[in-house]
Amino acid sequence: MSMDEAKQTFAQESEELLHDMEDALLSMEESPDDKEYLNSVFRAMHTIKGAAGVFGFDHIVAFTHPVETEMDRIRSGESSIDADLIATLLDCKDHTASLVEHVLMSDDESLPDDLQIKGSELLSRLTGTAPNATDNNLVKSEGNEVETEGEAKTLPHDNWLISLKFKQDSLRNGLDPLSFIRYLGTLGDIIDIITLLHDLDDISNMDPESCYLQFRIAFNSDADKAAIESVFEFAQEDCDIRILPPHSKQRYYIDLMEELPEAELHRLGDILMQIGALTKTELENGLQIQSNEKTDKTDQDIEQKPIGEILVEQQSVNKALVDEALKKQDKTRKKVAQESQNIRVDSAKLGQLINLVGELVISSAAMRVTVEHHGLGEVEEVVSNVEHLVEEIRDNALQLRMVQIGDTFSRFRRVVRDVSKDLGKNIELRITGGDSELDKTIVEKINDPLTHLVRNCLDHGIERPEVRKEQGKPATGTVNLNAYHDSGHIVIEIKDDGAGLDPDRIQAKAEAIGLVKPDQELSRQEIFRLAFEPGLSTKTEASKLSGRGVGMDVVKRNIESLRGTVELDSELGAGTTVTIHLPLTLAIIDGFLIGTKNETFIVPLSMVDECVEMESGEWKLDSDSHYINLRGDVLPYINLGDFFGYTDDPSKNQRESLVVVRFGRNKAGLVVDHLFGEQQTVIKPMGKIFQNLKGISGATVLGNGDIALILDVQGLINLANNQHSELIRH
Amino acid sequence: MGDLMTQGSEQKSFAAEDETSQYLTFLASNERFAIGILDVKELIEINTMTQVPMTPDFIRGVINLRGSVVPVIDLASRLGRDISTLTKRSCIVLTEVALNEETQTIGMLVDEVNEILEISQTHLQPPPNFGAEIRTDFIKAMGRVDEEFIILLDINHVLSIEELSVLEQIADTKNSLPKKEADDPDTMKTGQNTND
Repeated sequence: MSMDEAKQTFAQESEELLHDMEDALLSMEESPDDKEYLNSVFRAMHTIKGAAGVFGFDHIVAFTHPVETEMDRIRSGESSIDADLIATLLDCKDHTASLVEHVLMSDDESLPDDLQIKGSELLSRLTGTAPNATDNNLVKSEGNEVETEGEAKTLPHDNWLISLKFKQDSLRNGLDPLSFIRYLGTLGDIIDIITLLHDLDDISNMDPESCYLQFRIAFNSDADKAAIESVFEFAQEDCDIRILPPHSKQRYYIDLMEELPEAELHRLGDILMQIGALTKTELENGLQIQSNEKTDKTDQDIEQKPIGEILVEQQSVNKALVDEALKKQDKTRKKVAQESQNIRVDSAKLGQLINLVGELVISSAAMRVTVEHHGLGEVEEVVSNVEHLVEEIRDNALQLRMVQIGDTFSRFRRVVRDVSKDLGKNIELRITGGDSELDKTIVEKINDPLTHLVRNCLDHGIERPEVRKEQGKPATGTVNLNAYHDSGHIVIEIKDDGAGLDPDRIQAKAEAIGLVKPDQELSRQEIFRLAFEPGLSTKTEASKLSGRGVGMDVVKRNIESLRGTVELDSELGAGTTVTIHLPLTLAIIDGFLIGTKNETFIVPLSMVDECVEMESGEWKLDSDSHYINLRGDVLPYINLGDFFGYTDDPSKNQRESLVVVRFGRNKAGLVVDHLFGEQQTVIKPMGKIFQNLKGISGATVLGNGDIALILDVQGLINLANNQHSELIRH
Repeated sequence: MGDLMTQGSEQKSFAAEDETSQYLTFLASNERFAIGILDVKELIEINTMTQVPMTPDFIRGVINLRGSVVPVIDLASRLGRDISTLTKRSCIVLTEVALNEETQTIGMLVDEVNEILEISQTHLQPPPNFGAEIRTDFIKAMGRVDEEFIILLDINHVLSIEELSVLEQIADTKNSLPKKEADDPDTMKTGQNTND
């Protein structure tokens, strides 16, 4: 992996982590006691710091480290979480994001002043007056920073327990036990020493030159285990040393263990050593014992004693810690297994695959045509098999690009939170249907329009708490984001229980800017449709968020460019609902092939309700009326050939058919000459020339190489509607 | 007079590069046109073409070019002549037109493809201001071949995607133009403010 790629990965991971962090922070506001969220925030800062350290992005390390430290204090209960802290942490998250962006975008080593100032300001807000806030001396020294001194004094039991058992020969070897203890004193406070004499023989047998001393020392220090062990370095040969960490250390070790990168599978000993609970010598001793046992017991069947047990027996570490380490080891294994199930793939490669699958679908259709044309009965079965497989491949390939919309939705929690604070409103965001899936390319493009719509709700929709109370509504307004699948489309609803829109004002405004004639009669639907016209904002004053009337038309255009539609409905005083219909995918759909006057068209199969043979005599079709009676319901219809202005096919002999199409709640009929049946349809872009063409959404290549146009049913009906109303007007 | 003078000065700059370029010549509505050979991607004969309803006449339809959908523009119609009738010799000249960063392949329906000509830079002249009966911005230059002038088309204008796609829209949004003027007083005002 080249440096650039690695940086790319770093950027991606940071983004994901920061996103998780934001999520966690926002969830923390609701349930501050949930440890999991706290851990998630901590993890984000910790991992980013670690990765930034690898790249030498010192600015990021310098910023994230104190934040991480602060998080740790919160985790250990030294600080408490409140709304201010969460707000600060959210800002810290934003700042980290801009730092990441800065270091990736510019080669300039130094940090711009504004970022620098912002960073230190945030840190002082975060840590209060903590003097070590800008401590740059970091990374691998983690093991050293734990309790402050004052705290340790208030916890007299929170001490290292060192047991020293000098061997009988130690005095003869020139060791002075006292000197070690004195030296130990330089590292911290010796709280208590108990001298044990149970090895002492009867006085008559006692050898005055031998050493029988055993000590238990209660020792208070913030040095780590390795440092303490080094005190007795020279005595190692002649002395059994056990160093038990203080009680609080134990928890600290467990915390440290949790944060160990899970990238590689650690051996138990490595885990314990990395967090400093075990020193290298202790581990080596343990391993030595283990291998000794192995050679002692020649019987291979006897299971080797696990290193964990040996270490506990040796009192190098305590049992709880080993258990925790084993758990961690297990978790790491699982995590590695899980990670290997996910592969990051370049989306361009995926796009290429889907294009190829598209070609495959077309070729398979061509094969079917050839087989039928030549009447090759014996290959029929093979062809069916291939077709079936191609269909499955198609579905699977498309599935690869499907993502849940939930992520997009949850991003709005931050927007809602910030904006409602800015505006002094109480707003709750409710998300439902976040697991609905749709194509990633659509998800990416829907973000902007959604943001705009949500902001509209926040800004214009929801009223101030006092206004809401006056109107007898709950003081907290609600914005609902909902998504569900409906006939091959995904439907996204943005709903608020705010002030709603006044149809009269929209109409008045539309008249004022000349969109409609003054005395024109408009249906409710038509009026609300006007809200998407350019230049139409009913808000008298513009705020910093919205209200300049340059939004809704852009929203509409964006959604239509995705072959989607957007509708608005509102009840004055009760709220507004914006409904977006989007296709699930932009690549391949199931189509229904129809023909009229020598031209073929595709209607998305998901929109076809039924096909009926036209009985023109019964239905009295004429050029004036454009609706029929379908089993008691009024059904408007379009004669496709006439509508497109095709000249009549002289050889026309068969009866026309009626294709009933449905979109949302509406139904309409299309009168056509032929029904050819289902067809897998690879949507081919028609190019920019046709970008403003309504009623046709794309094209596809048929099995015989011809091109069929894909009808945009809703656009077509709208066109027909407009033509119709214009006819009536004149 | 002014006409002559500009022509004179332009001619000098053309003459500076004494190079020849190759041009593909073809017929559309019985007139001879040419485009630079480098603009030609491919020549194909007409197979089946699918009409696209509700589009201007000069958009003849779309064809299947090895799996891609390519729009075909009727050159005669685009230049303001009658729609060409398809004959055995009708041919589609495929070209690539740039829009922003992307390029799109567009087919140009012509009545007949003739030959490739080499025209020296010295034989190129700027388009006349009037008299050519087609929009001047469609003309890149006039190439002189044996005492005859051939119009060298500027395909980025003839096949301008912005124009081709906007044309259909003109009907619905007639009122989009006056707004632009409304912006002007604002800019003037801000100008004044800064002067103050």
